[in-house]
Amino acid sequence: MTSADDFAVRVQSLSRSFRGTDALVDVSLQIPRGSVFGLVGLNGAGKTTLIQHVIGSLKALHGSVNVLGQDPTIRPEKLLARIGYMTEEDSLPKWMRIRDLISFCRTVYPTWSDSYATQLCDMFGLSTTAKLKSLSKGGRARVALLAAIAHRPELLILDEPSSGLDPIARADILEAIIRTVADEGRTVLFSSHLLEEIDRVCDHIALIHDGVLLESIPAATLPERYTECFYRTETPSSRPPEISGSFGGTGDASEWSVLMDSDDEASLSTTTSIESHGSRWELVRQQPATVHRWFAGRVQRKPTASSTPTEGIQHV
Amino acid sequence: MLIQIQSGSQPIYQQIVDQIRFRILSSQLKAGDELPTIRGLAETLKVNPNTIARAYRELEHEGLVEKRRTTGTFVAESSGTLSRARRRQILTPEIDKLLVLASHLGADPAELDELITSRQQALQRKE
Repeated sequence: MTSADDFAVRVQSLSRSFRGTDALVDVSLQIPRGSVFGLVGLNGAGKTTLIQHVIGSLKALHGSVNVLGQDPTIRPEKLLARIGYMTEEDSLPKWMRIRDLISFCRTVYPTWSDSYATQLCDMFGLSTTAKLKSLSKGGRARVALLAAIAHRPELLILDEPSSGLDPIARADILEAIIRTVADEGRTVLFSSHLLEEIDRVCDHIALIHDGVLLESIPAATLPERYTECFYRTETPSSRPPEISGSFGGTGDASEWSVLMDSDDEASLSTTTSIESHGSRWELVRQQPATVHRWFAGRVQRKPTASSTPTEGIQHV
Repeated sequence: MLIQIQSGSQPIYQQIVDQIRFRILSSQLKAGDELPTIRGLAETLKVNPNTIARAYRELEHEGLVEKRRTTGTFVAESSGTLSRARRRQILTPEIDKLLVLASHLGADPAELDELITSRQQALQRKE
């Protein structure tokens, strides 16, 4: 049974356009409480526009947004006190010292914990007397992370937090996500195009492409639902075999990989030998689809030919 | 516990299951040893706690570990309670990989048999 309270975020039929260009088209999604919800998509797909609606910096003109039981644009200060937010932008004032920022946060967040902030400073190797401008990019990202989590928010929103950061800083961010969700009931909305990170930490993955929510799926079911099938043909082909229900073809002349959706009635047949556009194709191998492969298959415009068939996903 | 997670190959829970299973079966982890808590391992590996829980459930299902109420997860006293069918299901893809590689390298079945026996003895000596 589900009630409204089971979801930290509910977005219903949300559309938005800027100067006649669609940024979001009829997006509906629910983020279960206590989950890590991954939002993936290419640059410019609409991830940030969606997040801006969730934090109330954009008002829903078409459709509705409900966050922790309220409309984020009505009494936003009430909501923002319960949310932690971090973006890839280096948006904190650089002239500030870390301790000034901490004092500021203390006044904004009723639930701010000085002891947790101190613990995070120790963990991240930050000195409270340091000015933000004296820190590296990774150092400033850690300060932004501290400011986003030391009040133990009910909902932590990370918008491309790790873009351009070193692996150690990225690991600190991932660890903060795990800690947040391991505390009962807290929820994380994590937008990224680093699929390896999404794969590690998310319970649920939603894919936005050109403003449209293409799919929203529990992470554990993804490899069960999608299978990558490799087909080989004697006659070189410039396109993959046509199999009903398959998508995301990628390959080279004689070997092509396609994705099969086991929920699609039409694609029940992962047949070992098929006839397509004048050639005979043999199924040589199949394996559960990885998040990378699924993502590449979903967002591609047309089948991609490459010299290394199984690595035709490097553009992500 | 240091577990290597690689993206883009097997599902993450499967990688965790395989590596813990290997440690138990090769006696790096012994009967009665405690596994890290789900939360602890999730934080170390930077992996969703539900994924760790799923891996532990799978290991429990295989009879390799047992949950003790309120205290944690421990390596089971008697491992190897898997059904014959399940054992085969786990072993077959590994053997297939080995056979393909052996044939590629030009190792004949006799050489492979010999090598398996000698590795088995080497592992037993370590126990």
